[in-house]
Amino acid sequence: MSVVVLLLITGLGLGALYFLAASGLSLIYGLMRVLNFAHGAFLTLGGYLGYKVASAFGPDSRTWPVFLLSLVVGAAGGAAFAALVELVLIRRLYEREIEQVLVTVGIGLAAVALVVGIWGADARPYPAPAWMSQVTGVLGAQVPNSRFVCILAAVLVFVLLNLLLGKTRYGLIIRAGVENRAMVAALGIDVRKSFTAVFVLGGALAGLGGVLAGLYNASLSPGGGDSLLIFAFIVVVIGGLGSIRGAAIAAVVVALLQQFANYYATSGVGDLMVVLALAVVLLVRPAGLFGRSVRIA
Amino acid sequence: MTVLSVHDLDAWIGSHQILHGVGFDVGDGVTAVLGRNGVGKTTTLRALLGLVRRKGEVRLAGDRIDELPTHAVVTRGIGYVPENREVFGSLTVAENLTLAARTPNPDLDVVHQLFPELRERAKQAAGTLSGGQQQMVALARALINDNTLLLIDEPTKGLAPRIVSEVTAALRVAATRTPILLVEQDLAVVESLADDVVVIADGRVAHRGPAKDFLADRAAVLSLLGVGTREVATS
Repeated sequence: MSVVVLLLITGLGLGALYFLAASGLSLIYGLMRVLNFAHGAFLTLGGYLGYKVASAFGPDSRTWPVFLLSLVVGAAGGAAFAALVELVLIRRLYEREIEQVLVTVGIGLAAVALVVGIWGADARPYPAPAWMSQVTGVLGAQVPNSRFVCILAAVLVFVLLNLLLGKTRYGLIIRAGVENRAMVAALGIDVRKSFTAVFVLGGALAGLGGVLAGLYNASLSPGGGDSLLIFAFIVVVIGGLGSIRGAAIAAVVVALLQQFANYYATSGVGDLMVVLALAVVLLVRPAGLFGRSVRIA
Repeated sequence: MTVLSVHDLDAWIGSHQILHGVGFDVGDGVTAVLGRNGVGKTTTLRALLGLVRRKGEVRLAGDRIDELPTHAVVTRGIGYVPENREVFGSLTVAENLTLAARTPNPDLDVVHQLFPELRERAKQAAGTLSGGQQQMVALARALINDNTLLLIDEPTKGLAPRIVSEVTAALRVAATRTPILLVEQDLAVVESLADDVVVIADGRVAHRGPAKDFLADRAAVLSLLGVGTREVATS
């Protein structure tokens, strides 16, 4: 029982990271039709910026205020980098899918090289409050506290995103734009203004995810963002492009599948199971669990 | 009074040119765009809005709009009801209308007078409505604003006869407030609504003039639309 509980809560923590990475990715593709392979770079840079700020406090780096500051800096860093990418590069490449893929893959590679150049290729221990590395007993399982923080952050983001999408005019434009972008423009709304904002929002969530990934793994590595990105793409496809609810559910399903399969079969089988789940969803429900068929032009 | 004037309008879908030098004026009342399937009627409306690549001169109330992006054309005072409705299925009826409203106080009274059903179904997802109800939402999105011109594309397509009558009556009321450029295949609807017609053949204007005169000309109707006048009266 305790093993199941441990796998469950750890899986939910991992799912929280997948959700933070996938929700922005899903909105970006859903609204803008941009397959953003640079999203892993947002995660990595956000994580390292949070690390840099926390480390600057020296002996005080493991306090709660510094940790909260690192979360804010990570999110702001991800957002700023995303804004730069959208304004300087992506804006010129709308409707040009091949170029978008090439450019965003290039940004991803360049960002990893940049991080290696500045901080080195080795993983760096992430400074966090001592409580994070302690455990809490839940039904006999000793669960690392960092898992609860990741889950709490993802739940908060989920609630805030739903409020944004469901209760604001801006959210209405995003939801409608995901469905039929041309018709939103035909109602007199400048959809492109929303593009930058969605890209920045996705970058902020990725940056936040980058810091929390450092917390979850207790360390940061230059390739960490790209590792998460692969599963985030799978989550987006399984959940349905543009669906936050779909991303949340798919993130949990993918992470739990991975955790349980890796534990009860052998390490690595979890990844295989996730790919099989992706294949099944694509065959049975190509638009994803909560996806809608979309009209692009 | 001329609301819209179009001169030498070309339009493309991808690399394929659909319209060749189309020109016409739209005044008060209803101007119907007629033609056989695939001649460029829908493309004409989409070109006016900038939804397809176009070249030529388009003036709305005297101002050039042919170089503006779609959203800017619409905010100059054009309401658009697309072919196949294109309501946002995951949004409720109320959300569809809220999104379409360009002012903080849109004219919901007119919409609810014309389509009282929409008030009752305000919280229903538009994707779960019948075709007729979706058409009401699509029309309501255009009528909710104070427009200079309405572009309405095949509003009766695929609807039951009772709903066709309802939609036709709503368009008649709407036309008393705002000029309409209407693409319509149902000639009975055209006969009951249109003041003028623009007939398109092979992407070019083949005829323009009063609707009554055109529909009375059996040979012209047969030649340009491929239907006889008996069908006009009964369709």
